[in-house]
This record gives sequence, C-alpha cells and structure tokens, in this order.
Amino acid sequence: MPEPSSRDSRGAVAGTGMGGTMDLAAGEAATLERVPGGPASTGPDSRPRSLWSDAWRDLRRNPVFLLSALVILFLVLISVWPSAITSGNPLDCDLAKAQDGSSPGHPFGFDGQGCDVYTRTVYGARTSVTVGVCATLGVAVLGSVLGGLAGFFGGAWDAVLSRITDVFFAIPVVLGGLVLLSVVTSNTVWPVIGFMVLLGWPQISRIARGSVITARQNDYVQAARALGASPARLLLRHIAPNAVAPVIVVATIALGTYISLEATLSYLGVGLKPPSVSWGIDISAASPYIRNAPHALLWPSGALAITVLAFIMLGDAVRDALDPKLR
Amino acid sequence: MGRYVVRRLLQMVPVFVGATLLIFLMVNVMGDPIAGLCGERQCDAATAAQLRSEFGLDQPLWQQYATYMGNVFTGDFGTAFNGQPVTELMAAAFPVTVRLTIVAILFELVVGISLGVLTGLSRGRPVDTGVLLLTLVVISVPTFVTGLVLQLLLGVEWGWIKPSVSPEAPYGELIVPGLVLASVSLAYVTRLTRTSIAENRRSDYVRTAVAKGLPRRRVIVRHLLRTSLIPVVTFIGTDIGALMGGAIVTERIFNIHGVGFQLYQGILRQNTQTVVGFVTVLVLVFLVANLVVDLLYAVLDPRIRYA
Repeated sequence: MPEPSSRDSRGAVAGTGMGGTMDLAAGEAATLERVPGGPASTGPDSRPRSLWSDAWRDLRRNPVFLLSALVILFLVLISVWPSAITSGNPLDCDLAKAQDGSSPGHPFGFDGQGCDVYTRTVYGARTSVTVGVCATLGVAVLGSVLGGLAGFFGGAWDAVLSRITDVFFAIPVVLGGLVLLSVVTSNTVWPVIGFMVLLGWPQISRIARGSVITARQNDYVQAARALGASPARLLLRHIAPNAVAPVIVVATIALGTYISLEATLSYLGVGLKPPSVSWGIDISAASPYIRNAPHALLWPSGALAITVLAFIMLGDAVRDALDPKLR
Repeated sequence: MGRYVVRRLLQMVPVFVGATLLIFLMVNVMGDPIAGLCGERQCDAATAAQLRSEFGLDQPLWQQYATYMGNVFTGDFGTAFNGQPVTELMAAAFPVTVRLTIVAILFELVVGISLGVLTGLSRGRPVDTGVLLLTLVVISVPTFVTGLVLQLLLGVEWGWIKPSVSPEAPYGELIVPGLVLASVSLAYVTRLTRTSIAENRRSDYVRTAVAKGLPRRRVIVRHLLRTSLIPVVTFIGTDIGALMGGAIVTERIFNIHGVGFQLYQGILRQNTQTVVGFVTVLVLVFLVANLVVDLLYAVLDPRIRYA
C-alpha cells in the first residue's frame, strides 16, 4: 500500500470540500452520457461535444449558476459605475447625523462618522471585486505556470517546488498578512493583492501539478511525443486544455475567499485603511457602535456575505459542470 | 511504522526551517524594531546602538536566525522588548488558545460529523438541501462578522453570555467564541463527511455488512463512518494550526488573551522576538498535527499499512 502523502490528500480535501449539488438526478444522467469510451454523444449538428460546450450547456440550465452570475454581474456593474445607483459621495460625511437611522434618500442610515451607509456600501463593492479578481488572476497564472511546469518536467524542480509549497502551507494566512502588510504604508489595493498572490499560489500550484501529471499520461500525449512534438507544444496544445478545469474550479471558489480575506485584513487594520472605502473598514469602524447603530454594521456585512456567497456558489456550479465525478 | 515515522520526521526538518526562516525574514522587513522601543520619541544614536548589540540586531540576518534557532532548541525563545521572557508570555497565552481550539475542534467533530452523516444518508431530501445551503451561508459570512453579530445578539441584546471573556478564560466562557472560531471549518467538515459518506455508502464492504445482518447503527458507525472519516480527519488535522493562528480575529472580538492576542500586539509593536517565537511554535504544532493525521489513517482504514 503506498503511503498516503498528506499533500495529496489535502489536495483532495480542497477538491471535495465544497462538494455539493442541488440537482442529483440530472447530474448522474450527465455523467453516464459523458463516460469516456461510451457511445459518442453527438449534438444536433452531429459534431462531438467538447467538455466546455457540455459544461456550458449544464450551466445554462443550473438556477444556482444563473442566480450567482446575475449577482456577480450586478456587482461588477456597480463597481465599474457606482454613480449609476447612488448620487452620493462616500467621503461626504456629516458628524451631526452620526449613527442616525434611515431617512428619505438615505435608506441604510448613517455610520459613526455620519457617512451615508448606502453610498459607502455601494462604493465598497469596487474594492472587493478588484481585490478578488486581480488576486485570483495572479494566483491562477503564477500557480498554474509553476505547478504545471513542475508536474510536466518532474525531477529536482518538482521536489523543490513541493517542499516550498509545504513551507507556505505551514504559515497561517491571516498571520502572514498581519506581518507583511503591517509595514505597508501605501493605501491602495495592490499590496493586499500582492500578498494574496504571494501566499495563495501554492494552493493552485498543487492542483495544477496534479492535473498535469494526470493529463501527461494520456495516450494522445504519448502519441504526440512519439511524433516528435516539442515540450512546449505538448504542454500548450495537448496538456493544458485538458488540465485547466480543476484550476478554474478552485480559482473561482478561491475568489470568494480572497474577498473575505481582504475584509478580514481591513478589519484588523492592515488591509486598506481609511479614507479608502472597503466593507472591512466599515464593519471595523461600526463595531464599537454596534449597540446604538447596528445598521452601520449589518449592511456592509450583508453585502460582503452576499458577494462571497455568489462567488462560492458560482465556483460550486462550475465544478459540478466541469467535473461530474466529484459530485 | 517506526521507519515511516522517522522518515516523516526528517521530511519535517526542511519545512520547519523554511517556514521559520520565511517568517523571520518577513518580520525583519517589518522595519526597525528599535524604533518602537523609545515610545513616541526617536531613540538617540548611542541608546539605539546599545539596544542593537544587546538584542544581537547588529549581526547579519542569517547569523541572527542561526543564533535564534540554536537558542530555541535549548528552550530559550528570547526576551520580548519589555524584558519579559517570551516563554513567560507563551505560558500565559497558549493554555487559553489551546482551550479555545479544543472547544472549536469538539464542535467540528460532534456537530460537523453528525450533520455530515445525517445529510450523507439522506441525499436529495429537504434536510440535506437545507443543511447544504446553511453550510454555504456559513462559509460565505466571514468569521469576524459572525463573531460581531453573535456578540451583539447573545452578549449585548439577550445577555446569555458575557460579551468579553475574562482573563482566566474558563471553558464555559469559551463556548460561543469556540463556535465562532469553528464556524467555517464546521461547514467544511459537514460537507466533507457528507460527500465521503455518500460515496462509501455504495461500497462492497458496506453491502457485505448489511447482508450479514448487522444492525443499521453498527453498519453506519463501525463500517461506513470509520473509513469515511479519512478526508475529515485530514482536514481537521491541517485545521488545528489554522485554528490556532486564525484565532487572531476571534480573540480580538471577544477580548481573549491568547496566542492571537499576543501575536497581534507583537506585530503592532514590532516585537520581533514575540512574533517569531509564537509562529515557530505554531508551525511545530501544524507539522506534528499533520504527522498524527497520517498515522491515524492506518487506524481508521485497516487497508492502509505503513511499511
């Protein structure tokens, strides 16, 4: 019996951890249809369907996917163009109105500094979406390049990379964030994103490494190799398209957790700092007045929770569509 | 078994050195530790130089690291800049955080696994869907929001608990903070157990157990649950380190004077010795927990043997 390596089993945990499906029967039917070597499933134009078109077909019918995609679309819209649904300025505060409840034109009331909670909640979406998207892109690119190369070439580079990822896994994330970001004086999202890429890539690199190793052993890769394809061609043309699905799934779910992490770091005072606008800052600022003005805490918290939930559900739905085996 | 343990222990060495070196480097880019020592004023040059040589800060970084690690293995974690030995801070902080972590793990084990078994055995039914949605919501709400809201409701509005924990931090006061700390992991444990149970339910050994007429309860607990626990135990093992490190947020909300509190203070005050010392212990805890998890596999699944 091969010894179970904690590394691989943890990868499995990350994969199955979010296991969940709303529509079991349809899922099993889809699995049967897609069994490799089974009867070739042909579309109306009798072209063999790819994994991607299959997944897209599943997704379009999945209410969870549609709902979360709508929420995300809305979030992206208001982060690009917040003035579409609010005319206020998030930094326009009037101490005389501090902690007031809702009033006409100010549906969410005012926070401890007399700022309009509705305006600040709307503008906070930009920070969260920027951090989530940029951090995920950075992590996904860095992680899949490093992990993919390690999985493809193996050998010493693989061994070194695996040990490096072990090292990063041993450091608690919030702790690393506190240490690294407490020195940063620049009050933009970029240090926060940089930190997330620095500590987040090992997770993706493990997944990418594993799935490249699996794809590398496929017959068509051996055939291409026998025909004299260069390593670059093998990797880009034959392996990458078949190894990228797990990376996409994990990255989508991670996007939600990065948004949550940014808020946590801002709450602890090391992420973004005022006068930046971020849900984490607002929640942190509202927590001392929680008794008198709970609305100042609950609205940004609710927005944060819905955003994270939308991305996690999207990731869940994408995973169900791309990898029916995991259900 | 013995050889396996020795090999795993050897593999832990580079990870331990790497993680502590990394945190040592990170802490050292935190800026000048001396600057924080003289309060608001700037230290005068002579005092700064003397403090530097006193704490060994005038030596090159790798030498500082080597000296530090040498001392750690003789039980000397250095002195915090206020003159208190770091081991003294640890002796006060770790018992509190360990109690908090125990409460959190108990929640994960008892509530998480029970819910996982319940949903795994009734897949597709309303109770399954309901619990699944609930876990998604719990995962999505960040810990600090859960903590603040529970503190507001239970501590302030309804007065069921004290909003902040006393310095002694007895188990009774740690129940709600423990639940907050456990919340996200609890949801993961539920989902993991559910997936694992649902998968193994169709396996041959479960069918055999049912066929030979064992009572349902015994089939579930002894045959199904035991092997299904492997991914769950893996998760909880890696979670121990994360819980102790992640307690920073929970400990801040409920004013618990544990490891997270000390680390937060240490980082804000640029107290390098405290930060590196605590993190070193946390990394050790993480590595040992992972080793124990790997050894537990063989206990849970009789098919696994270590040569």
